[in-house]
Amino acid sequence: MTRGLNVHGIWAIYRTEMARTVRTVWQSIATPVITTALYFIVFGGAIGSRMQQVGGVGYGAFIVPGLIMLTLLTQSISNASVGIYFPKFTGTIFEILSAPLSAIEAVIAYVGAAATKSVIIGLIILVTATFFTEVHILHPLWMVAFLLLTSIAFSLFGFIIGIWAKNFEQLAIIPSLIVTPLTFLGGAFYSIDMLPQPWRTVSLFNPVVYLVSGFRWSFYGLGDVGVAASLGFTAGFMALCLITLWWIFRTGWRLKP
Amino acid sequence: MPPILTISALSKHYKSGQKALDGVDLTIERGEIFALLGPNGAGKTTLISIVCGTVTKSGGTITVDGHDLATDVRSARRAIGLVPQEIAVDIFATVWGTVTFSRGLFGRAPDPAYLEQLLRDLSLWEKRDSRIIELSGGMKRRVMIAKALSHEPDLLFLDEPTAGVDVNLRRDMWALVRKLRDKGVTIILTTHYIEEAEEMADRVGVIDGGKLLLVDDKAALMRKLGKRRLTLALQQPMAALPNALADWSLALEDGGSRLVYSFDAEADDTGMPSLLHRLGELGIAFKDLDTSRSSLEDIFVGLVERAA
Repeated sequence: MTRGLNVHGIWAIYRTEMARTVRTVWQSIATPVITTALYFIVFGGAIGSRMQQVGGVGYGAFIVPGLIMLTLLTQSISNASVGIYFPKFTGTIFEILSAPLSAIEAVIAYVGAAATKSVIIGLIILVTATFFTEVHILHPLWMVAFLLLTSIAFSLFGFIIGIWAKNFEQLAIIPSLIVTPLTFLGGAFYSIDMLPQPWRTVSLFNPVVYLVSGFRWSFYGLGDVGVAASLGFTAGFMALCLITLWWIFRTGWRLKP
Repeated sequence: MPPILTISALSKHYKSGQKALDGVDLTIERGEIFALLGPNGAGKTTLISIVCGTVTKSGGTITVDGHDLATDVRSARRAIGLVPQEIAVDIFATVWGTVTFSRGLFGRAPDPAYLEQLLRDLSLWEKRDSRIIELSGGMKRRVMIAKALSHEPDLLFLDEPTAGVDVNLRRDMWALVRKLRDKGVTIILTTHYIEEAEEMADRVGVIDGGKLLLVDDKAALMRKLGKRRLTLALQQPMAALPNALADWSLALEDGGSRLVYSFDAEADDTGMPSLLHRLGELGIAFKDLDTSRSSLEDIFVGLVERAA
């Protein structure tokens, strides 16, 4: 099998990564579900009941896409970054580096596994949400498309962070210092129309606004920015990550001395 | 058939300016056991790591089984198995899980029968369902070997295979390496235990300061550089060597109580009988006599010191 994909290799990594999820099922699956349920109780139930509708949608329902997006981003990044950082940390990466596995194959396996987990968690949260509020999905296909695209794009991003990180602190710093604030300010819990100027304009520079907006549009047909802009942004972000990864594997940056 | 491994003009310098490898040329023939000897920091692990793809080279070419490592990576790498110096394995995985993972990673279709035999050969079969974290250090090392052999490589690298390993396991490993060689696997091992090279290797390479100082048959090397020593424990300590013994290369040790004669092991005339005869004539009595042959260790120390 000199030519073609190293299918056995991809499958070996993918399966091992998925097995890690099963092994840590509470941390991987239960935690995000419980966290989301808490959000629904606090924002949807306690605060939401005193709020008027947003764009003709009840507040509880309004925050569903944002909450899924919030979890999708953090989970994709953390799954993919830990997936590659851990072998680096324990030294087992030598086996991946010495294997007849191309960069593309390694990315397919690691990012594929991380994205799969994110999609599963996203769907679980969606199901959980239906227990708290009524959820309509106007464009199911687009919903799935956004779910997949975002999971893959941010798993790629997480993969890069995992390669870049030299210690556990660095591993945590981008998700907690950049991604979480951007997500909270990205319109997960509000429409950016509700913001006063100049914050509304400033928000347009927040990439997460585009993700949440596009995803919410697939549910309720309303968004802060156009769907094309949302889609364009997600695809552009993914392309940027792919280019970075291509460069990393070509040069062996942070992987090989 | 091309040699299993050809390395030419291989060099590696780190950004710090340190030269880890400096123009190394080496050809490994199929089916041999080759020992790469050198002190710590000599470049042994760097050499292995470059061939295995975990360190990038600065210059030179490498072909594995006729496949250029730069252009035909996939075929080249499939032929190689690596047992690294440190035990690095997912400790939460089971023995069976980790060897099937390794086999798949190297692009091989599952073959439970082969893996079963492999684990049996390494006395790991009973432990197949154990998590690696539960195994002893020696067992973990066997797991590392099993992983490296899981994809049936033609060329196996053992980086310091017996560092920190007890005597029994060391003997087991040596037996295993010979068995692998009998099956046609070429083995390159690095070690700083000369005993290991002396015991196992067909050929020996000595590396220091990133340069390959010499490569030779082990037997030839010992013949060429080997010295024999005759040690006489004297009845009466001697203050200085008498002039009557100036024809022999002698030295006094232990405050003059031992007379040591070094001579070429392969020479026709060793000079030993005539020395003993002369000692008798001079009335120098000795209570004990011992001869020894220099080990690879002495040869190695001599070489590295000469190069320094």
